[in-house]
Amino acid sequence: MMNRREFCKKACIVAGGLIIPLSALEVFNPRRLLAEKDGNSKVRWVFLVDIHKCVGCGLCVKACKIENDVDWDANVTRTWVERYVVTKGGQTLIDSPKGARDGFITQKIDQASQGLKEVKPEEIAKAFFVPKLCNHCENPPCVQVCPVGATYQTQEGVVLVDRTWCIGCGYCVMGCPYGVRYFHPTLHVAEKCTLCYHRLCQGMKSACVDACPFGARRVGNIRDPEDPVTKIITTEQVNVLKEEFGTKPQCFYLGSSMEVK
Amino acid sequence: MKNHVWRPLYIVLAIVGGIIITRTLLVPNDFGVYERGYMYGWHRKSNEAEWRKYPIKYKSPQICAECHPEKDREIKSSPHASISCQNCHGPNYNHPDDPQGLTIDRSRGLCIRCHAHLPYKGTLRGGIPGINPETHYPQEQCVMCHIPHSPKPMIQKREVKS
Repeated sequence: MMNRREFCKKACIVAGGLIIPLSALEVFNPRRLLAEKDGNSKVRWVFLVDIHKCVGCGLCVKACKIENDVDWDANVTRTWVERYVVTKGGQTLIDSPKGARDGFITQKIDQASQGLKEVKPEEIAKAFFVPKLCNHCENPPCVQVCPVGATYQTQEGVVLVDRTWCIGCGYCVMGCPYGVRYFHPTLHVAEKCTLCYHRLCQGMKSACVDACPFGARRVGNIRDPEDPVTKIITTEQVNVLKEEFGTKPQCFYLGSSMEVK
Repeated sequence: MKNHVWRPLYIVLAIVGGIIITRTLLVPNDFGVYERGYMYGWHRKSNEAEWRKYPIKYKSPQICAECHPEKDREIKSSPHASISCQNCHGPNYNHPDDPQGLTIDRSRGLCIRCHAHLPYKGTLRGGIPGINPETHYPQEQCVMCHIPHSPKPMIQKREVKS
């Protein structure tokens, strides 16, 4: 029979053992930690957008939709272009009709419930177009929140969705601060830009990059110091979107403005 | 110990065993933690290969010139030089095998993507020759008067007002 002293001793040992997490017993391996920090892959795809060059033709959106079988008429798109018109009164008007699938063909700015708004040319302080797509973040919050391991990052940094494994809970759609994810209209799984992983793996460029007539979109390998995109990112003034979220986005913007969110 | 103590324990063991067996059957063998660690790399490895096999529709822009060098020379000496062929001629797929010919987009909507005038001085768009699509021959196709391969000067310009 166990006496009280014995019982208290054993209870303390069991309770102490329970509060030590399993990970604390893992042997510390500095080499593995280093590999996880910087990655040992020779390739890390990054994207570069030059806002000065974009004319809002939307050919990138068209090419993306066809290349990746994104439903043409459903109001979903993996990449889109936003128009920013800043008036001399300090007002910023933003729109992206159908994600700029058909480009920007009118001066009327779609302000949703407030209707179409037309700004007189002499009232425009500045106007520009901003292409948007998945940032393929170094710390992708959308991947962290997936409860089933259906979305993940490859060693090249591309964030993908396993269509057979996704349960359609929508956590990732909510988790992305950039709003790049949506539900596939027919498959009912999470959908997003793959950076045209199937093209990059064959030495081609993303469909939107090939479609852009003005060179506003470029894709490159940040681990290759000779890559022209890497040279621009490392030597010129580039910006990222929503840096304060700590997601380390890997889509860099040249000529970004403070109005761009 | 009495039988009534063991019985629920057997049931619990059977449930746990059942869960383990179902899990083994349902979870693919290659499901695990890969390069990006547990937080970002927990996935089914074979899915990467599935995405890599996704069919390519748009071929590299340079590929058209291999069979159509004269068309390539023509467009390269025009203001439209930077526009990839497939933007207007449609995705290549497996042309010339399948499809044998491409469907050219001659629609007005394609041209006004760039040529609908927008008064945005700071952008390249403001410098592109533009029209107001609502007043500039709204019913006509642009290709009736303008040749996309050599839009300047408008050689093909005809009287379409009548």
